[in-house]
Amino acid sequence: MAEVKLRGLAHSYHPQPGKPEDYAVRPLEMTWEDGGAYALLGPSGCGKTTLLNIISGLIQPTQGQVLFDGKDVTELPTERRNIAQVFQFPVIYDTMTVFDNLAFPLRNRGVRPSEVTRRVQEIAEQLDLTEDLRRRASGLSADIKQKISLGRGLVRSDVAAILFDEPLTVIDPQLKLVLRSKLKQIHRQFKLTLIYVTHDQTEALTFADQVVVMYEGSVVQVGTPQELFERPAHTFVGYFIGSPGMNLLPARLVDGRVCVGDQPLPVNAGALRLAAGDELSIGIRPEFVRYSTAAAPDALPVHVTRVEDLGNYQIVTAELVGTAQRVKAKLAEEAAASLGPGWLQFPAERLRIYRNGMAV
Amino acid sequence: MQKTVNHRAWLLVLPVVLSVAFSAILPLMTVVNYSVQDILGPGQRVWVGNEWFIDTVRNPDLHAAFWRNLLFSFQVLLIQIPLGIAVALALPAKGWQASLSLVLIALPLLIPWNVVGTIWQIFGRADIGLGGYFVNNILGISYNYTLEPRDAWITVLVMDVWHWTPLVALLCYAGLRAIPDPFYQAARIDGAKLWSIFWYIQLPKLRGVLLIAVLLRFMDSFMIYTEPFVVTGGGPGTATTFLSIYLSNIAIGQFDLGNGSAFSLIYFLLIQILCFVFYTTILRVGRK
Repeated sequence: MAEVKLRGLAHSYHPQPGKPEDYAVRPLEMTWEDGGAYALLGPSGCGKTTLLNIISGLIQPTQGQVLFDGKDVTELPTERRNIAQVFQFPVIYDTMTVFDNLAFPLRNRGVRPSEVTRRVQEIAEQLDLTEDLRRRASGLSADIKQKISLGRGLVRSDVAAILFDEPLTVIDPQLKLVLRSKLKQIHRQFKLTLIYVTHDQTEALTFADQVVVMYEGSVVQVGTPQELFERPAHTFVGYFIGSPGMNLLPARLVDGRVCVGDQPLPVNAGALRLAAGDELSIGIRPEFVRYSTAAAPDALPVHVTRVEDLGNYQIVTAELVGTAQRVKAKLAEEAAASLGPGWLQFPAERLRIYRNGMAV
Repeated sequence: MQKTVNHRAWLLVLPVVLSVAFSAILPLMTVVNYSVQDILGPGQRVWVGNEWFIDTVRNPDLHAAFWRNLLFSFQVLLIQIPLGIAVALALPAKGWQASLSLVLIALPLLIPWNVVGTIWQIFGRADIGLGGYFVNNILGISYNYTLEPRDAWITVLVMDVWHWTPLVALLCYAGLRAIPDPFYQAARIDGAKLWSIFWYIQLPKLRGVLLIAVLLRFMDSFMIYTEPFVVTGGGPGTATTFLSIYLSNIAIGQFDLGNGSAFSLIYFLLIQILCFVFYTTILRVGRK
């Protein structure tokens, strides 16, 4: 159990990195608090796994430090870092029994046999593996194998943090739920620092207290699921989180007012200190867009091109008149929506303004 | 499900039946012909039934060749499998060094059997061969594969190791490369030592390819002919007379076509059985 701190950390797979694009993980400061459950969310290739492997010591960072409880461990090899890691595909030792699998990390560290047995039985109990202890590990199903990999981390009493690298990828959908709640239970019980890498936003949002969103090697936002949803700090977060993602429309400054096309929006541009040369865009969640069939003040005229009924809600896709911009609105099941002309309202308190991708 | 009966479908099999008949069954029938008759000349033949077979399987020379060949095959496996694994482990995993060493290692596999024999026949000579000269004059050990049965045996064994260990090494190399990185990473996290990584990760993951290697090498060495024929001709005495050499001595050397045919069929059957074992084991491993 430890606080994990990354100080000025960056990593590049290039021998001589120059441009920012050369970095898999761009310089970042980050603190993972002791006992926190974090999800590390981002698209494939954004540097999640690299970051994870740096924390566990499988990769030496190009620059910066990794600190566990204030102690610099950057130079420490993996086996001395007290980190447990669960990988995308279950890693088990085929020829061993489940018991021997769980005992392996302890035996390698010269723990007394009686202590090994006690720890293994304790952990097997927690993970519902007691009945499988005598069985050979190779024939078991993927979810049990994944629990064994987790168990090999948990048996060590000195574990500082457990890292998960998309651990539920190969698990059946029904079992995913079971295993996920098992993980939450383990987290509450052992009060471990958990870092959970995933590209599945549902998994991240349900699992973690804090979600860390990565994009092109940088951490673009850290926050609770609600913060990520309501106040995305980066256009990528808006687009990546939510289904459908945030509406993002290019905007410009006309006579001190923020406009989409020729339509001014209810934004106090002066207070935001926007400059004429800024590359602006506005973002609004489909959930917060108001649709009506009649004109209203502040409403933008649109042409509705598609209405999809998705069971308990509807998605309206509309084109802003005068621009080719598409906007999606999420409406209640019973709301009336029809193809053709319509009006959309963007409530001022829900509008986010982005300058060069970052929230203003 | 209702199956349609259509006997014209047999016509489609006919080309295969014909070509197999010409390529395999007809020549084999000639052997069968010789194995059940004593053919003295054109028009002069006596039906002897199973006498050739009985005579052949009771022949002590054949028994000796059989046990000799079995011993040779076991020694081949005993040396080549561990050596192949060791070579595969020592090879670089990536980069141009990997490509280069793979090509170098594979070279012996590309040399025709006959040439392999000739190379070693010359290499082992004490007068003009580099190897033979080195052992005799530099190491000071008396070595002559044409006179000493033990030296001949060792020469053929070393030659086979040189020729075929690369195959085992290449198979193992492929097997090692197929182990995903997380296995090694997890082992590091678990604090496993190098020996544990080999014993608990690499060796179990190599099981499939090792099985193929063992069966291939056993079958091949059980049928070995060309290389010992070129190097020692089966001698000195019968020291390196393996089953194939014994067969050709009878059939071609002594022109004992009856005994030769009978043994050909027995040998053929033996190899068929081995093939079957080979095939079913691989299928079973693949299914796991």
